Amino acid sequence: MAKTITAPRPPALVRELTRAERWKIRGPLLPALIFTILLTQLPFLLTLIYSFQSWSLLSNKPAQFNGGANYLTTVQDEIFWRSIGNTGVMTGVSTVACIVIGLLLALLLNHTFPGRGIARTLAITPFFVMPVAVTLFWRSAMFDPGFGLLGWFSRLVGLPAISWLSEYPMAALIILLTWRFTPFAMLILIAGLQSAPQEQLEAARVDGAGPLRQFRFILIPHLRPYIELAALLLAMNLIQTFGEIALLTAGGPAFGTTNITYYIYLKGFNGFDFGTASALGIAALLITIALVLPALRLLSGIFQKEGRR
Amino acid sequence: MQIGPQRTKAAARVLAVTAAGALLAGSFTACSTDNKGGTAGGDVTINVALAANPQMKTAESLISDFEQKNPGIKVKFTTLPENDLRPAVTKDVATKAGQFDVAMMGSYEVPIWAKNNWIIPLEDYATKDTAWKKDDLLEPIKDIVSSDGKLYGAPFYGSSSFLFYRKDLAQKAGVTISQTPTWEEIAAAAAKMDDKANGTSGICLRGLPGWGQNLASLTTVINTFGGRWFDEQWQPQLTSPETTKAVQFYVDLLREHGQADAAKDGWEGCLQKMSQGTTAMWYDDTVFAGSVLNQATPAVKENLGFAMAPTGPADIKSGWLWSWGLGITSSSKNPDAAWKFISWVTSPEYIKLAGEKSGWDSIPPGSRTSTYELPEYKKATAAYADLTLDSINAANPTQPTKDKVPYSGVQYVQIPEFVDIGDFVSQQVAGAISGTQTVEEALKKSQDYATNAVKTAGYLK
Repeated sequence: MAKTITAPRPPALVRELTRAERWKIRGPLLPALIFTILLTQLPFLLTLIYSFQSWSLLSNKPAQFNGGANYLTTVQDEIFWRSIGNTGVMTGVSTVACIVIGLLLALLLNHTFPGRGIARTLAITPFFVMPVAVTLFWRSAMFDPGFGLLGWFSRLVGLPAISWLSEYPMAALIILLTWRFTPFAMLILIAGLQSAPQEQLEAARVDGAGPLRQFRFILIPHLRPYIELAALLLAMNLIQTFGEIALLTAGGPAFGTTNITYYIYLKGFNGFDFGTASALGIAALLITIALVLPALRLLSGIFQKEGRR
Repeated sequence: MQIGPQRTKAAARVLAVTAAGALLAGSFTACSTDNKGGTAGGDVTINVALAANPQMKTAESLISDFEQKNPGIKVKFTTLPENDLRPAVTKDVATKAGQFDVAMMGSYEVPIWAKNNWIIPLEDYATKDTAWKKDDLLEPIKDIVSSDGKLYGAPFYGSSSFLFYRKDLAQKAGVTISQTPTWEEIAAAAAKMDDKANGTSGICLRGLPGWGQNLASLTTVINTFGGRWFDEQWQPQLTSPETTKAVQFYVDLLREHGQADAAKDGWEGCLQKMSQGTTAMWYDDTVFAGSVLNQATPAVKENLGFAMAPTGPADIKSGWLWSWGLGITSSSKNPDAAWKFISWVTSPEYIKLAGEKSGWDSIPPGSRTSTYELPEYKKATAAYADLTLDSINAANPTQPTKDKVPYSGVQYVQIPEFVDIGDFVSQQVAGAISGTQTVEEALKKSQDYATNAVKTAGYLK
């Protein structure tokens, strides 16, 4: 990867292209570009327009512009801020947990041992099971205090079974998300470990560095871009969690596990208040951009550093 | 800087793939719209949106009978889970997109959609189609799928709510459950039958947030405790002493003798617990009686008893009332053909056909008086058929509460804004059930939210 990035520009591209030549290159891309604009920017524009209207589908009144009333409702809406907070906690904690556990698993599975192929397959499996199946399985077979595995374990050691989904719904959701997405982090990190600089590691060993030091001073710096890439992709996936919430807790209790996606769904497709739902979506987008831009800048900084190295 | 060309190439690839996907999607949509009209050549295709429940699956499997009797009419089913059906159909009828000719809708939706002219009145069809026997429909069910006295939905099935209990566990605990119990008796019985050591809870009640989940059960309790959602001026009554007492009762009962982890269980969870024998009682929809008996363990099956919905201090009959009805969308191009299908699937003959072909305990119940006179049906459902009929006939959706209210609906408030208000309140109640807040806190927040909502909507001046 690093090599292709640092490769010098082909001389042909450096030469100034004529207008016709440029369009020759652009031309075939245009249909795709137009489609993308139609599919992504047009809906966005419509959402923006709806967000300034009072439009409840069920009331059958024609949509009317109501200034910024929807936005005022949104910023005054306690549940909106709560769902933003929930989204942050859910995404943040799950991402960190996925990376930490994924790294541990990757380190283990990077060693050669009999049955490694099977172990790897098993470790990756959670990621490929359908989210609905995973959620229903965890809901009944794991979290249920009556016949769930976790309840059985706690009774085994003489403790009362925990009502996970009532008392610790957020923790339960994070456990489920972490279980499901850890293999994804692990896959990226295994790839990173396999490209670890063997000569440096060997040199370190010759100089008497123990496994911990090798890990700390060679592997971690080497893995850094991989970890950051994994974190970005995970966060992008986790921030839009929906099915797990809908099936595990229905956003409850008392909106304790309602993230912004689920809240917009409730407003838009349960209450059919499209105006407010659109405003919620736009507000959430602005907040997300404000939070994600620094992260993206960090990441592109890494790519450039990588290029220089 | 140097990554420029590389990135452009990748971007181009992504664009190309997206475009290809979009084209593909486009052509699929084109296909499906082509299928829709179908008037060419004399053949008519009607599109029907249905909830994916067992009774409708039976209807789908028996469709050849309809197509035999009505040559020239083809029926195309779109079957969706109940939760997905509502948004899909609402979007279609509200925007007059015309995807469906026949739509299945809950009794909550029928009057709202009728008022918005999204569905057409069936009155004329029903009167002309004498074989359909309009007078045979159960009166309360007919009422909730009508608007201003006109029928808008043909009831496919109807239901109320009642109590399921285990006779053996009651006997073991030394309690008797009467046929018309009070909530006080049920709470005492739950305390006695509660056997946490053996993994059996005293009672199972819905705790899952959702206006159609915990709020349905809870609202019937509020009604029979003398509470109500709104007074006649639309002032919310969620913090009134009666409502508070009812909610406190529901939450306490659930926390003390209900199923563990109650805030996660809707009717699905309780149905499972009742069938598996991990709860001694369950208060829920009458339509689940057949389901429990079908999937129950032998010990449960032999000992399952039923009783009317428990009543509270106000002594209001507290069973709810619900129906899934079939309506014709106003955007339908083939309303006559659509009625033929509706007439077939909701007719007394169909009920007989379904009973003969797929078993008497799985016919659509609660829609017609004649169903309860069929000897085969009576025999197959002796344990609960009469009680179901009594519960439906006892429900009074136009006056569900002790004091007068400006709305109709037993376990819901018949206004479009109720989904939003109800979802909020149900979340707060779930919070109280899980113990993260007190009942007072939950109701205070709910009261504020409801007040705001009815003010914005213009009900409360």
